[in-house]
Amino acid sequence: MSTTDDPKSATDLRVDPEHKERLLARGEWTLANVQSLSAEIKALAQQASQLDASEISRLDASGAMLLDKLCVQTGQDISDAGLAEQWHTLFKTVAAISEQQLPEDEAPPAWSRLLAGIGRRTVGFWQQSLLNINFLGMIVHRLGRSVLKPGRLRLTATVWHMQQTGLNAAPLLILLASLTGAVVAYLGATVLKDFGAEVFIIDLVTFAFLREFGVLLAAILLAGRTASAFCAQIGMMKTREELDAIRILGLDEIEVLVLPRLIALMIVLPLLTFIATIAGLFGGLLVAVLSLDINLATFIERMEQSVTLQHYLVGMFKAPVFAAVIALVGCLEGMRVSGSAQSVGEHTTSAVVRSLTLVIVLDGLAAIYFMEIGW
Amino acid sequence: MNSAKAATDRAPVIRIRKLENRFGSQVVHSELDLDLHQGEILAVVGGSGSGKSVLMRSILGLLRPDSGTIEVFQNEITGTEALQQLMARHAGVLFQEGALFSSLTVLENVELPLKTRWPKLSVPLRQQLALSKLGLAGLAAATALKMPSELSGGMRKRVALARALVLEPEILFLDEPTAGLDPIGAAEFDNLLRTLQQALQFTVFMITHDLDTLYAIADRVAVIADQKIVTTASPDEVAKHSHPWIRDYFTGPRARSARQQRADTTE
Repeated sequence: MSTTDDPKSATDLRVDPEHKERLLARGEWTLANVQSLSAEIKALAQQASQLDASEISRLDASGAMLLDKLCVQTGQDISDAGLAEQWHTLFKTVAAISEQQLPEDEAPPAWSRLLAGIGRRTVGFWQQSLLNINFLGMIVHRLGRSVLKPGRLRLTATVWHMQQTGLNAAPLLILLASLTGAVVAYLGATVLKDFGAEVFIIDLVTFAFLREFGVLLAAILLAGRTASAFCAQIGMMKTREELDAIRILGLDEIEVLVLPRLIALMIVLPLLTFIATIAGLFGGLLVAVLSLDINLATFIERMEQSVTLQHYLVGMFKAPVFAAVIALVGCLEGMRVSGSAQSVGEHTTSAVVRSLTLVIVLDGLAAIYFMEIGW
Repeated sequence: MNSAKAATDRAPVIRIRKLENRFGSQVVHSELDLDLHQGEILAVVGGSGSGKSVLMRSILGLLRPDSGTIEVFQNEITGTEALQQLMARHAGVLFQEGALFSSLTVLENVELPLKTRWPKLSVPLRQQLALSKLGLAGLAAATALKMPSELSGGMRKRVALARALVLEPEILFLDEPTAGLDPIGAAEFDNLLRTLQQALQFTVFMITHDLDTLYAIADRVAVIADQKIVTTASPDEVAKHSHPWIRDYFTGPRARSARQQRADTTE
């Protein structure tokens, strides 16, 4: 509330000019002045044995803490220090809490921390692997049970997830894929122009999109969009004890939460792959027809010649595998969330990074495999 | 209660006139008047959905009222930003769930207001101030390095109280301070609030459902019903009011036991 015009000048701790052993405290001992007062206490408290607090005009809990410290250091009993009556309750309340010391955080030597770090990571990795295997086993078991008893499958949830992850992602995917198709066509044109072989950009675009880019673009979009969503959804449910509630109700969290998401993604990603492929081809076609003087008939004819079913299948085979990876990583990271909002963030990041990495690594392995078998 | 009478003589710290809040077609408050006097503990009670939290959020500037005036320290404040800034300077808030920052330790949570408001404070002094506030809230220094997720509900409330008090506020807002605490913990928290309020002499605006809290520490009770404050008076006087909701509230089985308890202790 009301403060004096210049509180600094009136608030201080100084040595009594008439009595060297005595300190005079005056003014507003409040949070605003705590820094300067603390410095003065440090400088003066050692030499004094008495304290006069009668001129303290305002005191708050922060100031009282300092005053208490000063009393302890000078050995002055506060009841003889002349502190105004109205501040006594406050001072006593603050003085009653014994001085608080932070527990010492004794840091072990660097080599031991290094070893401990390696050990922790090794054990952590081992435990995580066990958890992953356990999770995978449970999924396979529940999936098998659902196949034997299709009634257990949650159809509504599955369809809902299909809409969320598939239908709602389609417009963005079409935009991304067609732009990428156009870019690939331009790129091909700049390289192939020197050889006068611009017509081969048709092969380039169709091969690229049927075999790789269609499925990869769709999977990358889902890894960014859906793995994070799955993780955050399940993670928040876990922090609010909803997972425990599911278990107590006699339901199975894998069956209720993971299977619908997994199945939805495994249905949706092949569809999205198809959409992305068509959109990519369309983008390439647009560039070819509009700016490279290849007419529509040539494009279609050329595509018919170069495309065989197996190229299409190479792309499509990968889709359900990627879908499973994205769904499982997202759900698993969600289940690992614990307690804090920070944990939700960490695991969501980890869900996206891991699913992306796994998708691209698997795609690389698949490329080598299909090359070797001559597809 | 004498303190209730004495409080009304002093100038109001916060004065609300003709406050109106609407969400779409649903009217939450209309023509709501309320005064908060310096040094008192005002408890606001009302049924679920009667707009207690909305009222608190309007005062704190977290919500823009549709009409009406809010005066703080005899100055009319217009605009939510101005109100928010003023409240950040003069008020501490204890949110219902504590609202501790889950990525910071207990000590860092309490230090944070100091760090933003008084950036020049040295680190050891800041820690000392934070620790002393934790001590005032009844927490040992050993809790200071823990994360909020490692604490029980009662301890989290105490940390939140320490954080609300660390800037030495003149007004303390409490949203259901005893909700989620066991009766013993709730009674301890009531006592703590009473002791701290007497020592630090801040003004308290408290939303509560807890009749025990009401009788134990409230100087005045304001009842929200029918979109306005139906009555403000001491707990005993309010209990005699004829409004149907108040009658139900104060004569229910829980009310009787709370009054009984108080009679036992005063005898």
